[in-house]
Amino acid sequence: MRFKNEISIVLVGEAGQGIQTIETVLTRTLKAAGLHVFATKEFMSRIRGGSNSTTIRAASSPVRAYAEEIDLCVLLDGDAYSWIQERITPDTLVIGDPAVYDHLDELIPLPLADLAKQVGEKIYANAVACGFVIGLLGLKSALLEKTLEELFGGNQEVLDKNLRASRLGLEQGEATAKEKEWFCDLQTNPQIAGQLFLNGSEAVGLGALTGGCNFIASYPMSPSTGVLQFLAKYAERFGLVVEQAEDEISAINMGLGSWYAGGRAMVSTSGGGFALMGEGLSLAGGIESPMVIHLAQRPGPATGLPTRTEQGDLDLALYAGHGEFPRMILAPGTLEEAFECARLAFDLADASQSPVFILTDQYLLDSSYNVPELPLPAEPDEHHIVETSADYRRYALTESGLSPRGIPGYGQGLVCVDSDEHDEAGFITEDAEVRTAMVDKRLRKFKGLRSEQTVKHHLFGPTDYRRLLVGWGSTRLAIEEALARVGDPETAFLYSPQVYPLSEQVQEHLQGAQRLIVIESNATGQFARLIQRETGRQADACWLQYNGRPFSVEALEHRLRQEVTS
Amino acid sequence: MTTNMFVREGCDIAWCPGCGNFGILKLLTAAMAALELDQQQTVLVSGIGQAAKIPQYMQVHFFNGLHGRALPVATGIKASNPNLTVIAESGDGDMYGEGGNHFIHCIRRNPDLTNIVHNNMVYGLTKGQASPTSQRGFETPLQPAGVILEPFNPLAVAIALEASFVARAFVGHKEQTLDILQQAIRHRGYALVDLLQPCVSFNKLNTYQWFDENTAYLDENHDPHDRIQAFASALEEDPLRLGVFYRKEKPLFEDQLLGHKKEKKPLFQRQVNLEEIRRLVQEFNG
Repeated sequence: MRFKNEISIVLVGEAGQGIQTIETVLTRTLKAAGLHVFATKEFMSRIRGGSNSTTIRAASSPVRAYAEEIDLCVLLDGDAYSWIQERITPDTLVIGDPAVYDHLDELIPLPLADLAKQVGEKIYANAVACGFVIGLLGLKSALLEKTLEELFGGNQEVLDKNLRASRLGLEQGEATAKEKEWFCDLQTNPQIAGQLFLNGSEAVGLGALTGGCNFIASYPMSPSTGVLQFLAKYAERFGLVVEQAEDEISAINMGLGSWYAGGRAMVSTSGGGFALMGEGLSLAGGIESPMVIHLAQRPGPATGLPTRTEQGDLDLALYAGHGEFPRMILAPGTLEEAFECARLAFDLADASQSPVFILTDQYLLDSSYNVPELPLPAEPDEHHIVETSADYRRYALTESGLSPRGIPGYGQGLVCVDSDEHDEAGFITEDAEVRTAMVDKRLRKFKGLRSEQTVKHHLFGPTDYRRLLVGWGSTRLAIEEALARVGDPETAFLYSPQVYPLSEQVQEHLQGAQRLIVIESNATGQFARLIQRETGRQADACWLQYNGRPFSVEALEHRLRQEVTS
Repeated sequence: MTTNMFVREGCDIAWCPGCGNFGILKLLTAAMAALELDQQQTVLVSGIGQAAKIPQYMQVHFFNGLHGRALPVATGIKASNPNLTVIAESGDGDMYGEGGNHFIHCIRRNPDLTNIVHNNMVYGLTKGQASPTSQRGFETPLQPAGVILEPFNPLAVAIALEASFVARAFVGHKEQTLDILQQAIRHRGYALVDLLQPCVSFNKLNTYQWFDENTAYLDENHDPHDRIQAFASALEEDPLRLGVFYRKEKPLFEDQLLGHKKEKKPLFQRQVNLEEIRRLVQEFNG
């Protein structure tokens, strides 16, 4: 037996058992070997016990989406098999401890507990498992050892034990491959070893830093916490104010205070946390403050499925906040786009004096893969702050709707902002004419956002399509791969990270479709409704999934084949 | 006397005739002028309510935000530009009710800001309901049988949380209040001034006369560094004590932030270091 030009490895175990470490060790080692690597995890909302898994795809050509198929499955505890069972096929190689899985006929035995005990403690079963996978694939032990040295080099004793455990596993893996006559001929490319490897939270965090983010106040909430922690880690190095707020209400108000004083602030939260920020969002609209909101979606309503994924908060981002005011929503679908959207969000918010959302989800944030580079700009963004004159008026009426934004302590004027309806100088008014003029002014700002296409859209597949698939956010890469697998000459896929406002170019593409299919990870087709609201074009079908799991490439491929042949 | 630059002349003031807020407006602008605060470097932050309208009647930078949210906004401003003098000002409903959680956590942070609370023990703007500081038995259209809740004691809470400056003043005592306000603004760290003021329209119980008769200054030998003594004084109700109850030197929130360790400039003067970001990105090639 020979592995194809790609291999899919799934490791399953309890929370607290170190699945995250295994994922890190294996992805690093596989990439160092010169393979394209994708990893995504799913986990339960608990600190210990339960079942967690990581899916790792390694291939000769780029892989960037979640696939259900498993070539190699490593069971790390007694409950793992039942958790993963439905993804196991007759072709899957199932590896586990024979002492635990004595009833599984197809089991390839790996005495994890015994080997770990030879080294010391139970926890070294992880290194045994990593060694086994690397040995089975016939990859060099030196690559694995180098990874372990990088990760555990700070503690010689721990490193030595990990090295010993991994060697024991590696020997078993090599012996098993030899005995069963398996070999691996995955084509490797040494250039990949030097590429970047990061996850969605890191991509958003790096984008925010590049966009000039220098203030973040947030309350921890899965799956948004990764971005907050990323920025906290680099607070000193990049001169960034980071505060864990007492609640989300405080967080967004601190952020608005920061923008008022000249900072470039963001908040990172999830649906339940953002629900509390509604009044702050409306305040941003009323005082015409820039604001960057990273809204990391997870299934709701209420606390929903805290550690799983969904695209259920588009309507929330679109309609949250009382009153009428402009906003913008960016929903990245790749790590490069997550970086780009987070970077652009600061300039867009600053330039439009409006809130800008970066709408992500658990799947995107917790997925990682190799990217050749991130698109760093040549120059930092310019800030859109003006030095005030003595007669400065914060809300001066202008044709564009944008009044020059001053900050206290820079210039001769006074910067007066008020959440009540206000006149040009920022003072409270109930004058009917001023009220109308201020509403018009605020809404005029939106024209600029709508007419420009700020973030590039993509059309995959034929340009003379009959059937058009539309997805948004993190479904992008699975749809792309499914489309490539099916290769139908009449089906294209339209995708824009800028989901609101929809640019005119995107609208033209939509109008040209004979059959429009919108694919979303929610139950009611929120993006399809948005498209209809903005363009009048109703979707002919919606492919929806809302079980808390990401769309798999296979599920979309299957659906598309049915569609094409019907 | 020279013109007070913090006074905004000729504006239409929305307060009722005789309102205690007029006195606070006068005393606050006088305190700011006496301290010779730099107008360009002074920001007033307020929430919602009649007290929160105070910056509208002043010549000052202001952020008049949402109900109860003045302290988070003020904290965000101070942390983003520590050179600014920041005063957060609002009523008892705003600061102790809607903003109660922020009040607690702002004290824990200890940013260098002054928190002036106009305490009239009633909700004026919504026409006379109980506030967190209303006394038991206080009858209102919403509490027809009288307030049954224990009144919130802001001073005791602040001292329990080891706030760095805790004072109570009464607007009817001009000289002493002016002095307390100046001390509070000068103080480095979070400074609370619970400022008693009558609501002449909706609180017929806690009038000028009532405050006069039911308040008394702390003893001359009161030691503001003695936390136990300060706490005991804060619990006194008959009479309510006035003066500076407690003082403590504490590290400032903004001074301890990692983001201000290497880089001292206000955030608006900072540049993105693309070279350093490029180096960081390269650390992800492992």
